[in-house]
Amino acid sequence: MSELWPWLAVFGLGIFHGINPAMGWLFAVALGLQEQKRAAVFRALPPIVLGHALSIAIIIAAVLVARISLPHRALKIAAAAILFAFGLYRLFRSRHPNWVGMRVGFGDLTLWSFIMASAHGAGLMLVPFFLGSPAARNAHHHDSHALSFANFSAPSLLAASVIVHTLGYLITTALIALVVYEKLGVAILRHAWFNIDLVWMVALMVTGVLILLF
Amino acid sequence: MPLLKPDPTFYPSPRLAMQAPPEKYAFVAALNPPGSELNDALLVVDVDPASRMYGLRVGEVKMPNFGDELHHFGWNACSSALCAYAPHPHVERRYLVVPGIRSSRIHIIDTKPDPRKPEIVKVLEPKEVFSRANYSRPHTIHCGPEGIYVSALGAPNGDGPGGIFLLDCETFEILGQWEMNRGPQFFQYDFWWHLGFDTLLSSEWGTPNMIENGLQPDLLLGSKYGHQMHVWDLRRRRHLQALDLGKEQQMVLEMRPAHNPTKAYGFVSVVVSVKDLSASIWLWHRGNGAWDLKKVIEIPAEAADPEKLPPMLKDFKAVPPLVTDINLSLDDKLLYVSCWGTGEFLQYDVSDPFNPKKTGSVRIGGIANRTAHPKKPDQPLAGGPQMVEVSRDGKRIYFTNSLYAAWDEQFYPDGVGSWMVKLDAGPNGGMEFDQNFFLESNDYRVHQVRLEGGDSSSDSFCFP
Repeated sequence: MSELWPWLAVFGLGIFHGINPAMGWLFAVALGLQEQKRAAVFRALPPIVLGHALSIAIIIAAVLVARISLPHRALKIAAAAILFAFGLYRLFRSRHPNWVGMRVGFGDLTLWSFIMASAHGAGLMLVPFFLGSPAARNAHHHDSHALSFANFSAPSLLAASVIVHTLGYLITTALIALVVYEKLGVAILRHAWFNIDLVWMVALMVTGVLILLF
Repeated sequence: MPLLKPDPTFYPSPRLAMQAPPEKYAFVAALNPPGSELNDALLVVDVDPASRMYGLRVGEVKMPNFGDELHHFGWNACSSALCAYAPHPHVERRYLVVPGIRSSRIHIIDTKPDPRKPEIVKVLEPKEVFSRANYSRPHTIHCGPEGIYVSALGAPNGDGPGGIFLLDCETFEILGQWEMNRGPQFFQYDFWWHLGFDTLLSSEWGTPNMIENGLQPDLLLGSKYGHQMHVWDLRRRRHLQALDLGKEQQMVLEMRPAHNPTKAYGFVSVVVSVKDLSASIWLWHRGNGAWDLKKVIEIPAEAADPEKLPPMLKDFKAVPPLVTDINLSLDDKLLYVSCWGTGEFLQYDVSDPFNPKKTGSVRIGGIANRTAHPKKPDQPLAGGPQMVEVSRDGKRIYFTNSLYAAWDEQFYPDGVGSWMVKLDAGPNGGMEFDQNFFLESNDYRVHQVRLEGGDSSSDSFCFP
């Protein structure tokens, strides 16, 4: 059972990322409303999902590479410092994001989603699951840390985790976009757009601290 | 500190913004007429009909320096913060960005916690505007996808080119010129955009040196003032197209694009045609990727007794309408037109933008007529309908009577006065004066009006 937990967490974070209006579903809705076609909502999804997947893939890959060359302790300290500093910076300075516009093609949307995910530290949130522990890397039994992946080669772990995370993200993004476009309407933004970024950045900082403690 | 939920005055669409609660306060730019020694001020007017102070001044904040000439102003943030491609919905609409058009000084004024007691929290000095933006005479303020956009009439030395510069919407730092490639654009006045089409539009008045010592008749009769509008790529900040209304169409001023982001058309007003002193409204619209213009309203000059006319107009024996401001209701249905010369205020149904229909007209002031307000029917009024603002629900219209200090005296040599009025719009078109709302002012000349929470020219929307 403990082998399943990290996968569920990575999937769950995909859902969490998908919920954030700034991560894609709202842009898909906006494009649908601008063109007054449901097809435009669907057309926006592949590039948005691709951009997000690329953003988190780069971070996970970086951690997996660092894991090979860095001692475990150093890796943990570096990861903790990056997460904490990023969360703190973004908590106090949210720059006006503006990279594209409303007339966007596949490339624009992919880039937008990539930058949005990166600027929010979406990939960083996944980092703790890939730090691994010396025990997990060597052991063939189940006494490894409950939230680390065991028994995977780096490339297959990268591919599998990106797919699992992106699936959670895609399902959430598509579902919310469709429900808002078809049923709820954008009026819901006025009350439901909680400052998820605030929670997000605090979560990054807390995760940074937890990495050091465990 | 960021908010936990979007600012309650942000609305995703103009349709939803129309359901906003009625405003309780209006903020009014107030300048010192020449000869006065008072600094300018931002006034707060009570516009809540249930209040004892209805129609009266309930607050003011004085500017720290003399001679700013407050003119136009705007909010630090608005509904465009909900745009999906550049979201930052947890900023607050609370600061008014208030430039002096003569001094080039920009004041940041906090309207919270008590809107009746606004406070200046930051001042950008003229030399900062000159050095960081290389522009001067800041004019129109719009909150948009990259922060606060400010148009400026000219360069620091008073010549051209004028243009647009950006302010950070949280720190109010000047970020620099907006244009990456201005093409043939030289004059600047107003600007606004179609967010759904990544398109910005700008209009032309004249350089500061062409206007600050009064309207120059030789320049006007020589068709030297602006007569074009410009189309820009909002995203890449590049000039795309110049649209010429014709040399005789002098001073292309206020721009009112459709609020609905899926509609690519809007209205721009021309002050005067040197051919026949008429004024006009033009429709810009997009077809097959290019933008085009069509004159949709023409308002003729009115014959008048030369005795009643200022020196500049005596030989013409006519009063030009001088359309100096227009405003479009949030549902894109009603267009309001101020004729500052004749003292007429017009309402058009523009549901079919190519064929506007006149649905209402009232008169007040005017160069020759001097029509009184119904509250004081025996008192002739100088000045005319000018800066107009429409409430978000489209039911109330406010306007003031002065144009621009150096020009007021040329058209109203015996004094332009200072007053603000309110009209009620009928549910099926038409409008009439609110007899209880007539604010006169002896110490300041009132200019642009902004309404608490937003109005019909303060916000832009990314959803239809």
